[in-house]
Amino acid sequence: MYSEKVIERFKNPRFGKKMDNYDGVGQVGNPTCGDVMRIFIKVKDNKISDISYQTFGCAAAIVSTEFLCEIALNKSLEEAIKITNEDILRNMGTVPIEKIHCSILADDALKEAIYDYYKKNNIDIPELLQEEHKRITMNH
Amino acid sequence: MNKLIYLDNAATTKIDDVVLDKMLPYLKDDYGNASAIYQLGTKAKDAVENSRRVIANSINANFDEIIFTSGGTESNNTAIKSIALSSKKKHIITTKIEHPSVLNVCRWLESKDYKISYLNVDEHGYIDLNQLEELLKNKDVALVSIIHANNVIGTIQDIKKIYSIVKKYNSILHIDACQSYTKIYVDAKYADLITLNAHKIHGPKGIGALYISKDIRFKEWQQGGMQEFNKRAGTEAVALIVGFAEAVKQRYEYDKIKELRDYFVEQITEQIEKIKVNHDPNGLPNIANLSFYGVEGESILLQLDAFNIAVSTSSACSSKILEPDKVLLAIGLKPEQAHSSIRFSFCKYNTKKEIDFVIDKLKIIINKLRSMSPFWSE
Repeated sequence: MYSEKVIERFKNPRFGKKMDNYDGVGQVGNPTCGDVMRIFIKVKDNKISDISYQTFGCAAAIVSTEFLCEIALNKSLEEAIKITNEDILRNMGTVPIEKIHCSILADDALKEAIYDYYKKNNIDIPELLQEEHKRITMNH
Repeated sequence: MNKLIYLDNAATTKIDDVVLDKMLPYLKDDYGNASAIYQLGTKAKDAVENSRRVIANSINANFDEIIFTSGGTESNNTAIKSIALSSKKKHIITTKIEHPSVLNVCRWLESKDYKISYLNVDEHGYIDLNQLEELLKNKDVALVSIIHANNVIGTIQDIKKIYSIVKKYNSILHIDACQSYTKIYVDAKYADLITLNAHKIHGPKGIGALYISKDIRFKEWQQGGMQEFNKRAGTEAVALIVGFAEAVKQRYEYDKIKELRDYFVEQITEQIEKIKVNHDPNGLPNIANLSFYGVEGESILLQLDAFNIAVSTSSACSSKILEPDKVLLAIGLKPEQAHSSIRFSFCKYNTKKEIDFVIDKLKIIINKLRSMSPFWSE
């Protein structure tokens, strides 16, 4: 069902923890569907200097947020916004088709965290991110 | 890696060595067709008929009221479709906690313009008997199909009472006894049709039986040769049938299995906080169903698998349907509680040492997953 890469990372997660004093947080999903993801970011010099997650969900959900964190760490906010679920899937190897939504959720959670950071710091929010925020909050 | 610890015995069981030994000759040298009248054939026939007697005796039925099938799913399909399709009445009553092999047959009949009523259950999984009686009052009910003991939470229905209600209104009762058979007494006196199977009781997969009371009219569902009193065509699976009967002959000590189950539940709820017990403590002796607050079932299952411990989850994420388990919702769990559930089902091969190992690992796993969960703050 899952690739070895997914199972290996699921057994040894690196980013799964709560973060204190974060600069931005994003949460997506709902418990009825069985997936809730929360991404925390710390921002330094416009770069994601630290990142972690808390995820309620299956192995695919947890590992999606794992790889998302790995990809986003040390990226500039502009680069991080451009991360797609395809980038996450590429890291996961083969994923059952019904689990692909997990990677989309993870990607959305990061966008929400960046949106939160911009908003809190009164920074102009790029138009693309505003649209994404609208879509995400409508879906969840 | 440690030896496999298998706690998914409600899904299937390890075949008993004694059972396998009895089967092997019929797979090797005694391969005859039971319909043939030379010696090789009559040897097979005798084996089938002796086995039929064992099954019949075990539920207080007559020899010719038992037909062999390919398993629980076929027995359920046969019972419901045969009665429904040959009855003038187009209404069937079942429950909200049935196995898919009943639920999906009912859905199919719904598409053929049958009316299906799904009985409610209380928080322990017991069906609403008043609702059953109200529904029967219209006298348009062809069949009532009820799961004897539930596969998710172990609840055992009061079949004697249900049977008396069904008979008061002259309807037919089918019970699915796949999980209960030999663990508690299944009595043909209180049902018109009973689904039985072998692989939940250390017998082989691919074999089951259907009890059909001689008092009801039954139209065959699978046509072909004259086997099984003309009620189910197909060459007898002699080795499987022999294995089935041998498994029934074994008297497993379910008191000991219950003790082990109770020990596990007592220890785990003491050592890990915020666990909800979902199974009925008065239900089947071998099933425990627990929700671990804040963590999702599949992630627990896979973490346990890493320690070579096999359990089951009815949570959505493990299947292709992204909905929580219907049985758990029917007894009133919130979707997130249903998503957090794990079923542990025990058998005679499990030991206290194994259970202690599982408890140890579960403590580590639940702690770890909770620290990663958005629902577990601090």
